[in-house]
Amino acid sequence: MTQQPQPIGTTGASPPVVGESAHEPSSPRPTGAAPAVAGRSPARMAWERLGRDRVSLVAAGISVIFVVVAIIAPLLTAITGWGPITPDNKAIDPNSGNYPLGSFGGVSFNHLLGVEPGTGYDLFARVVYGLRTSLVVGFSSAVISTVLGAVLGMAAGYFGSWIDSVLSRVMDIFLAFPQLLFIIALTPVIQAALQTNEHGGTNENLRLLVLVINIAAFAWAYTARLVRGQVLSLREREFIDAAKIMGAGWGHILFRQLLPNLWAPLLISFALAVPQNITTEAALSYLGVGVVPPNPDWGALLSDASQFFLQDPAYLFIPGVLLLILVLAFNLLGDGVRDALDPRANRS
Amino acid sequence: MNTTESSPEQQTGSVAQPGSGENLLEVSGLQMHFPIRQGIIFQRQIGAVRAVDGIDFAVKPGESLGLVGESGCGKSTTGRLVTRLLEPTAGSIRFDGEDITHKPVATMRKARQQLQMIFQDPYSSLNPRHTVGTIIETPMRLSDITPKQGHKKRAQELLEIVGLNPEHYNRYPSEFSGGQRQRIGIARALALKPKLIVADEPVSALDVSIQAQVVNLLQSLQEEMGIAFLFIAHDLAVVRHFSQRVAVMYLGKIVEVGNRTDIYQRPRHPYTHALLSAVPEANPDGGGRERIRLAGDVPSPIGPPSGCRFRTRCWKAQEKCASDEPPLLQISGNSAGHLTACHFPEEPSITARDEVIILDPALAALEE
Repeated sequence: MTQQPQPIGTTGASPPVVGESAHEPSSPRPTGAAPAVAGRSPARMAWERLGRDRVSLVAAGISVIFVVVAIIAPLLTAITGWGPITPDNKAIDPNSGNYPLGSFGGVSFNHLLGVEPGTGYDLFARVVYGLRTSLVVGFSSAVISTVLGAVLGMAAGYFGSWIDSVLSRVMDIFLAFPQLLFIIALTPVIQAALQTNEHGGTNENLRLLVLVINIAAFAWAYTARLVRGQVLSLREREFIDAAKIMGAGWGHILFRQLLPNLWAPLLISFALAVPQNITTEAALSYLGVGVVPPNPDWGALLSDASQFFLQDPAYLFIPGVLLLILVLAFNLLGDGVRDALDPRANRS
Repeated sequence: MNTTESSPEQQTGSVAQPGSGENLLEVSGLQMHFPIRQGIIFQRQIGAVRAVDGIDFAVKPGESLGLVGESGCGKSTTGRLVTRLLEPTAGSIRFDGEDITHKPVATMRKARQQLQMIFQDPYSSLNPRHTVGTIIETPMRLSDITPKQGHKKRAQELLEIVGLNPEHYNRYPSEFSGGQRQRIGIARALALKPKLIVADEPVSALDVSIQAQVVNLLQSLQEEMGIAFLFIAHDLAVVRHFSQRVAVMYLGKIVEVGNRTDIYQRPRHPYTHALLSAVPEANPDGGGRERIRLAGDVPSPIGPPSGCRFRTRCWKAQEKCASDEPPLLQISGNSAGHLTACHFPEEPSITARDEVIILDPALAALEE
């Protein structure tokens, strides 16, 4: 206190009002801010940051193309005239073991990506329909695991005590489990238990559902642990106390106060879970516990193609490269989302 | 309140409270012991942090009671107990004639509406993902109150009352300065027209120039709306400016309570003397004030000193101070309502005395 006296008069006399008036609230404030200036929400700022990131834009463009192709797959196959399980016997050579006629796996105007050896299915149709499977499984399992992870992670972080202990141990178990082995072992068992088709055949939708649930069941623990950590720090903030004083119940605190602060980590973990799940799905189908032929799927396609690798490398090459591009695009988009939502985190 | 307590000093304190029948908030024997546990699975309690250890006070409607003391003396804990953020281990809290000591949140919505809080850190007390409008409307929505003019209009009115531009309704807290954020927090506390606001160090996180604005705002609200305040602060000057009555806390106990002038002009407790003497002065060469410089830190609240808790740092401590805990009562020479917990009270004056009391050896050596 060298130059300025006490801010508040120690003598008990009425002190001067410093700076802008606190007593005349109704007077218009000449701050220069136009009334129309609405605040940029954090989401809006993240959106703008994402828009400035070229890599993310390219990745987003490719991802959108993939999604659109998957959605309009029936339209595309209608245009080309070949469905995913319509054999074209004229495109394969029965004399050489049903290998495709023509160069590079039989690529022609008629068959844009060639045909499958052995069966003569149109590879383009199988790829676009396989893309549907990949995206449906990737997205739906990511949605389920993110929602599950968010709710359980918030519960563990906010309630603490024994709820946290139990949930954290469950997360540890799921994280420590050999996921692939477990799913390989479990999938046939679940399918047998849920089997509704009396012919003994495999119900395709059921297979997909089991696949989605299996993948989500092992992915939620990552999200839950992330969310739990965030909630542990958020719940000590005073705005949580303020909500309690206002009479908020735990539902309001979890979903109205905490959840809006968790959108960033949730969106990031969702964006990175999608390509992860697509890879897992392809791996499972490759190993024969996911989607099985003749239903179109990239993993199954790769598994099938590995048998013909020497004779027809294009058959392995095309779905392999497409899977690479798809996963890479979603991963880069996920990274971009993370950088946009959390600009302080270093990318290094 | 004046019949329930058993221990003599509390009863004395209670009886001496003026007009206790019309109090808005009555706290008696309030105690908060945080357990210290050890062990991994089978935890057992090995001790307790006695943050608040049996305090009594009352706040009348429209009155501001200041609660001052060093860091760690339990004043913030007291505020959190009164707003029911913490569950007291003993004692009772009566608000507006209703015992809310152990009332579950769900059944005390009514009391919640009239008992609000302003927080210390304006950067953590507002949800960064909510707009100002949402923040101010939340208490109304949670209490199912729909103002005549609608939620938005009411929120904008409140923004005007606290001196903010109502057009900023749709902005986010990150777009405001600390002082403006604190005003938003005040608007939120006012939304339900409370009778009592617990202000937990409402200005200590703000710039000195902004502190004056916010305190003046709170004062005008108190005068215009008749809101009672429990004003927790460590800044004696701010409390003096704002509070009609002041309670001085030391290590979980109230050592002295009284009207503003009694505490600031005629303090009796040695600790109050020391606190007042530590307030920096605008004119240090002016003299005229006594000089008391304490040594050491506040003892641990895990095992507080026996008898009078201040005795380990008091220059007047005698054997009696270690054995008997001094009751909080009106000492001869005090005006009504001025209670002091001391066996050997000081003279009711803050003017310079013959001796300068410097207990800090380093400071004493410096002065030689």
